[in-house]
Amino acid sequence: MQKMILLGDEAIAQGAIDAGLSGIYAYPGTPSTEITEYIIASKEAKNNGIVANWTANEKTAVETALGMSYAGKRAMACMKHVGLNVAADPFINSAVTGINGGLIVVSADDPSMHSSQNEQDSRFYGKFALLPILEPSNQQEAYDMVHYGFDLSEKYQIPVLFRITTRLAHSRSGIERKAKRAQNEMTLPGDLKQFVLLPAIARRRYKGLLGLQPQLENESENSGWNQYTDGPDKSLGIIAAGLAYNYLLENFPEGNIPYPVLKIGQYPLPRLWVEKIANECETLLVLEEGMPVIEEMLKGYLGNCLNIKGRLDGTLPRDGELNPNLVAVALGGKMIRGEEVPSLVVPRPPSLCAGCPHTDSYLALNEAMKVYGKGRVFSDIGCYTLAALPPLEAINSCVDMGASITMAKGAADAGLVPAVAVIGDSTFTHSGITGLLDAVISKSPITILILDNSTTGMTGGQPSAATGRIAEICKGIGVEEEHIRILKPLRKNHDENVKIIAEELAYPGVSVVIPTRECVQTLNRRMREKFKNKKTE
Amino acid sequence: MIMKNDIILAGVGGQGILSIAAIIGTAAVSRGLYVKQSEVHGMSQRGGDVQSHLRLSSRPIASDLIPTGAADMIISVEPLEALRYLPWLKKEGWIITNTKPFVNIPNYPPLEEVLATIASKPHHVMIDADEIATEIGSARSANMVILGASTICLDLPFEELEQAIRSVFGKKGEEIVHTNLSALRAGRDFALQHKNQA
Ligand SMILES: Cc1ncc(C[n+]2csc(CCOP(=O)(O)OP(=O)(O)O)c2C)c(N)n1
Ligand code: SF4
Repeated sequence: MQKMILLGDEAIAQGAIDAGLSGIYAYPGTPSTEITEYIIASKEAKNNGIVANWTANEKTAVETALGMSYAGKRAMACMKHVGLNVAADPFINSAVTGINGGLIVVSADDPSMHSSQNEQDSRFYGKFALLPILEPSNQQEAYDMVHYGFDLSEKYQIPVLFRITTRLAHSRSGIERKAKRAQNEMTLPGDLKQFVLLPAIARRRYKGLLGLQPQLENESENSGWNQYTDGPDKSLGIIAAGLAYNYLLENFPEGNIPYPVLKIGQYPLPRLWVEKIANECETLLVLEEGMPVIEEMLKGYLGNCLNIKGRLDGTLPRDGELNPNLVAVALGGKMIRGEEVPSLVVPRPPSLCAGCPHTDSYLALNEAMKVYGKGRVFSDIGCYTLAALPPLEAINSCVDMGASITMAKGAADAGLVPAVAVIGDSTFTHSGITGLLDAVISKSPITILILDNSTTGMTGGQPSAATGRIAEICKGIGVEEEHIRILKPLRKNHDENVKIIAEELAYPGVSVVIPTRECVQTLNRRMREKFKNKKTE
Repeated sequence: MIMKNDIILAGVGGQGILSIAAIIGTAAVSRGLYVKQSEVHGMSQRGGDVQSHLRLSSRPIASDLIPTGAADMIISVEPLEALRYLPWLKKEGWIITNTKPFVNIPNYPPLEEVLATIASKPHHVMIDADEIATEIGSARSANMVILGASTICLDLPFEELEQAIRSVFGKKGEEIVHTNLSALRAGRDFALQHKNQA
């Protein structure tokens, strides 16, 4: 069969289609977005009746996937690493309920924070939830591991965490497909109380989950995703997880690694192999992408007597992604670099697109805020966060999705009046609605700008659950109708928009301003498609 | 003989470096080579600097990233961006770059200095791809002009790249295929005449 050239994300998606997936649920987030986009665009998935939905947030994605699993079918939920914080509640509890149809939760970590606000490591969540984790090192493994992941999930009746990192998600390579397998029939769980986490049931199920751990370790020793390769030179033993294994290989182009190597692709760690490499080698070097999860497990608190090198002792940097050069240095080699970047090369930061509606919204807000001074605008995550940079320099926070409204309320409670929140439409439905309810109940003197560009812009223009319903939602929550103001962010409306915002800033209760104009990127895309369809008609 | 080309593609978000990658990648796959190509998505796409690591080899490729000091060439659709990735380029590596700047920052350095810095490197092709593309009547195929110029150091037969253009752009119609092929050839011809080898 001809190889398919796929992104790591796409390999996971194709793997899921071929492994008998029935439903995928996700909230977009770099670098996980392309998994769900691939399935939404796939004719094959459509013909097989696979449900592919963007959800309001990651929590609803995992819960919906769990519901599909309850009904016996295979389901997947996908998110970026910080999405797993939002979905942590259903994720951790789903380990206790267990599953019926196979369930895989994909979390894409972004070490070095290419497009994220932190670089947390999802493997902690897997360990926390006592669930197996799969961590592919290349696109083919990503594809194959989805099949295996569903098997593992159904064999032990628990969800499986699938951890990837940016460079795998967004790198293309050839993959070979496997034979396709049918979806599951709908079935109810054998025990209709399995999913009822009342204490008496939860205690029993939790003991069951603990009891599974030796079997999961055993799986890790025998599944083939963890591999021990012996080497003659026992002065060093190398444990390399996920992508880090590639960087190790890159340093030995002839494949002649002189040291024993333990490649990790599945957790819990394979105890047998870890003990073997620790007993046989004088020093261990741990190569892992993200945080020092394995290294800390091996060292524990008192493990300084063991000779373990990695991110904790400075052999490798404590933060940021690994790369072949860092691994070369950790192996005792030299750092090789070409010429340094000439001093005339200046940074080129990302910026709002020309004609972006957010620019006009912020220009109006900046002017209306002049009388109050700087430091009062809480914002959120999306394209509109770029207003933190010059020339707009309009916002003072970006923490986690939804935090603009709640932080503004807290600051207003402390006396910062007026306090302003600026939140995107998709971020609002993701996590802003609950905070707005808090503010309405307290009658907080805050003004909230909900920037409605009819899309989830930052991640490439997925639909936004808020489109066409923001004003109604605000009204339903209890914002007074006369303090819900819709305006059109255009340069020619500037003076009028400044006036509207100024009026609402002066109102000592909750007010909502909704600048409404479509993102120019999605608008252009729509126009191009319309033009194309016209031509072919 | 082992064939190996490690290429850094550089540009500004929205300039379409990924279509260059797609064509080289397609050509390499039809030659039966191994390919790995890492891309940048998300935050950095909005007018920021973007890069892609493209690796071709007759042997399986381990790392998705090219080590620093190991790239055979930098192909850049913007001159300032060509310089950003010098730490990746090996000593005898090539810089193939557009000379037409994309100015979307207030502190863009003087263009003469940027171009002089590139010209001071031992192996380079500097080409006003936008002008050449306009001359052949297709201002939008400046990328293909750059790609054409890069073919003088790619270890892939020129016909294979022509074929790749046909297969990648085929869906968009004969006219688009034709202009892209002309751009590719114009870029190669320019590079053959103007490559600098100090
Ligand atoms: C919990 C969480 N999920 C997903 C993301 C990724 N993310 C950042 S911004 C954004 C989209 C925001 O869309 P919107 O609020 O409509 O603003 P726009 O980008 O359209 O201006 C997404 C999905 C994130 N940072 N955190
Ligand atoms: S993608 Fe849309 S919302 Fe984002 S900066 Fe561009 S125009 Fe604005």
